[in-house]
Amino acid sequence: MATGFTGLLTVTVFLPAVAALLLGVGAVRGDRNIRWFAAVVAAADLVLSVIVFVSFRPGGDQFQLVDRFDWISVETMHASYLLGVDGISAPLVMLTGLLGLCAVFVSFHISHRVREYFIWLFVLQTAVLGVFTALDFLLFFLFWEIELVPMYLLISTWGAGRREYSAMKFLIFTILGSAFMLVAILAVFVSSGVDSFNMTSLLEPGGALDATRAALPMGLLFWLFFIAFAVKLPTWPVHTWLPDAHTDAPTAGSVMLAGVMLKMGGYGLLRVNASMFPEQLQTYALPVVALGVISVLYGAVVTLRQTDLKRLIAYSSVSHMGLVLLGLGSVAAVGGALSDAGLTGAAMQLFTHGTITGLLFVAVGILYEKTHTRHIPDLGGLANRMPVVATAFLVAGAASLGLPALSGFVSELLVFFGGFRAFPALTILAVLGIILAAGYILWMLQRTLFGPRPSRWDDLSDASPVELVPVVLLVVSIVAVGVYPAWLTDVFRDGLEPIVNGYNAGIAGVGR
Amino acid sequence: MTAYDLFLISPLLALAALAMLVIVVDLLTRRTGLLVGVSFVGLAAPAALSVWQLVSLSGSGQSELMAEGSVVLYTLSIDRFALFFNFLILAAVGLVVLVSNDYVRRIERLQGEYFGLMLLSATGMMLMVAADELITMYIALELTTLPLAALAAFLPNGRSSEAGMKFLIIGAISSALMLYGMALIYGLTGSTRLEEIAVALAAGSSSGLIPFGSMAALLAVVLLLAGFGFKMSAAPFQMWVPDVYQGAPTPMVAFLSVASKAAAFALVLRVFYIGFDALGGDWWVLLAGLAALSMTIGNLVAISQRNINRLFGYSTIAHAGYLLVGVAAIATAGGEEAGFGPSSVLFYLTAYTAANLTAFFAITCIETRINSSEIADYAGMLRRAPFPAIALALALIALIGLPPTGVFIAKIHIFAAAINTGESLMTWLVIIGVVNSVISAYYYLRVIRVMFLQPAIHTERLRASWPVNVALGVAALCMLWLGVAPGAVLDAAERAVVVLVAGG
Repeated sequence: MATGFTGLLTVTVFLPAVAALLLGVGAVRGDRNIRWFAAVVAAADLVLSVIVFVSFRPGGDQFQLVDRFDWISVETMHASYLLGVDGISAPLVMLTGLLGLCAVFVSFHISHRVREYFIWLFVLQTAVLGVFTALDFLLFFLFWEIELVPMYLLISTWGAGRREYSAMKFLIFTILGSAFMLVAILAVFVSSGVDSFNMTSLLEPGGALDATRAALPMGLLFWLFFIAFAVKLPTWPVHTWLPDAHTDAPTAGSVMLAGVMLKMGGYGLLRVNASMFPEQLQTYALPVVALGVISVLYGAVVTLRQTDLKRLIAYSSVSHMGLVLLGLGSVAAVGGALSDAGLTGAAMQLFTHGTITGLLFVAVGILYEKTHTRHIPDLGGLANRMPVVATAFLVAGAASLGLPALSGFVSELLVFFGGFRAFPALTILAVLGIILAAGYILWMLQRTLFGPRPSRWDDLSDASPVELVPVVLLVVSIVAVGVYPAWLTDVFRDGLEPIVNGYNAGIAGVGR
Repeated sequence: MTAYDLFLISPLLALAALAMLVIVVDLLTRRTGLLVGVSFVGLAAPAALSVWQLVSLSGSGQSELMAEGSVVLYTLSIDRFALFFNFLILAAVGLVVLVSNDYVRRIERLQGEYFGLMLLSATGMMLMVAADELITMYIALELTTLPLAALAAFLPNGRSSEAGMKFLIIGAISSALMLYGMALIYGLTGSTRLEEIAVALAAGSSSGLIPFGSMAALLAVVLLLAGFGFKMSAAPFQMWVPDVYQGAPTPMVAFLSVASKAAAFALVLRVFYIGFDALGGDWWVLLAGLAALSMTIGNLVAISQRNINRLFGYSTIAHAGYLLVGVAAIATAGGEEAGFGPSSVLFYLTAYTAANLTAFFAITCIETRINSSEIADYAGMLRRAPFPAIALALALIALIGLPPTGVFIAKIHIFAAAINTGESLMTWLVIIGVVNSVISAYYYLRVIRVMFLQPAIHTERLRASWPVNVALGVAALCMLWLGVAPGAVLDAAERAVVVLVAGG
């Protein structure tokens, strides 16, 4: 069991919260100062999260950089403050740091209640980092729930359009999902046999989660967790909050939402469903993969019809996150040499989709700032007015449709490798979704960036230096993963190894 | 009656004496600040005596004070359980006294009576949590209810009179029902003491066909529950709640919603876990039903409320439901985990007290200045009164059951206790509970939305006197403290319920 107190993760997770507190008590005054203070804090947190990623040693202990002390220790309940990273969470922590900085830089134009805005943005970042690093179920759930309030306020206060409706819809969907998760967590807690919320003891091979003394049937627990994470991912048919929330959220809200908050769902599926319920995942692999493929196709088809740039990206997210389920389900049905391909692909997809969609939203945000429209038919020919924004769009679009040498290609290929061995027919269907993706992305680029330019866009200016920062950061990360994916895949594979070994052992056992 | 007996009831005597003292001081000076000061500082006496009792408990190494030939101990149990609630009630009444500082200035002539009645009611509650004999319980309930009924009618307007009248009449009906239930129990068992009732029921409950062993016992339990349900403000005995919450003076509502509820749940735990221990297999189903009903009715009706006090009226009904989940979670396993359900109720009550006091204190602050409790008038409150608005927002987040607040931990504890019983019915109850929490998010957040997002109609800043701000700050800090470091209170709650489950 992991013990000790390194402190690095605690600082990384709570630095934004401390910054929010400082802003709250008025330690920094003046809109301009607040913006730069936020930028410095976010940059520091990015540096910390990169240090976390770099100091994670694949092949070492499963969980590293552990911070732990007893939080609640009474007779009936033991919960600890337990943070740690493994190969699955270390890259996601870095992703959160990266997108956190981008979110601050795309928010420089915000002039309405600047102080409160950055407070909520920072609370959100702490909550998301907490979800990725918490290894105690109670703490995990705490961070999971904390994240709701800032996102709700970000959308409903600084959003556009039907923002209050969208914010409430986001909240109700997520909280309903987490209600299911709460029941499942409590059931796991009382059936763990150790009166503890500690995830690491449940994750150990043949862990304390014992089907014979489970308070609820294991299959039910699997689905309760699955629903909570599927809402967040989001999966068809519980995806409907996403287009509304994305469309009406401020740019930074969309970046965080698509970039890291959807990943909380995927992370939960890997951390809980795949790790703690291997037999159930094996049993239900087909419905899980089917849901994934429906999401891929449904998302893609609906995306084709969108005329609002943000809605378009939102639906494409539904499509792309469906691949996570395909990769997840594929591991349960294959064994042998390539058995980890699908799972690694699913994890990679979390990271790459985070950077790609983050970049798309950043680009749309800049575009909207200049043109005040996201309606595709109103746009056109912007490439030679805004070369930087156009480049960002092109890179993100190309990565999104899976062009080799960019990051999307790597994760999608891995998912299809894994998926094809397990579910050939469904995987071929999912590949269709990728072909559709090429369609909607290229069509969107063509209608926005090229073609005749309406005369009112003649004197548009390009991205400002401040706006350039997130663009450069994200383009670099997309290309870096695309050209040399091993630096990331090796870490992910290290984290997924225990899961894959469990399945291989299980399949070997069945074979005997 | 020995000196030791006097020591046992000394916190009660001190509190009752304080109530008289306040009325006398009012006769002599009529200065609000002095009344608040005397009431608040005077509470140190019962608190200190309770601490003394707790220390003697720890010294004796037992969970209950005992003495040969004591008269008091025939009717009261001075144990960790009672003392836990003593501190909770004293803390609540102390904070409510502070927060009344601004509010009572609108009831010019009756300020002494206001504080006196409130302290008397608190005396009744402290008697109630220690009572382990039916007649004492009845007296304690009446001592709690009558001052509150008078307080509810304190404001010179129709709504307040209506509130007082409703509270009095429905309270009278429910005590009549309860008295009838007590009479049946006495007839059935030949005793009014819980321990003897338990022995008699255990001996008699052999016929397995009828619930509770006999129709008389069934009827008695139902009638008793009707009486307790009134005090707990649980459905279907909740009709008075919204009207009283709307009409009565807001600080009194704050007191009613936490202290009175806590005392009622203490009574229910004692009666059911000690007196009806033998029938445990039957009554938990009944309580589970009430829990589901309370949660659902409270939350569904709260959605359409436009008045913040009425909204909290329905919210308190819903929370009575969550609490009943914990009461119903009587551990079938026994042994070490037998106290899981009751201890979760104690912790929930503490966390709920902190959260609800925070909410009502903020409402009192705002209402004192704007003379309205319509939610629509809270528009832009974040700008007009930042401190109460943020405190109220935190309290609302707490009442949804979101972190980082005490109610979050409490809800998890209560639901864990329910799942731990291993009954599938209890699992369903938990699912109903969490779905209800989702529903509640909608109406609680609506208030936050109005305060934070809608533009203010007026712009002048609202200010409150320092005692009010202190009370609000202390309540809000307790609420957060219970969420971040709940260990100490959870531990105290577990030690407190040992007396309830020692036999199991």
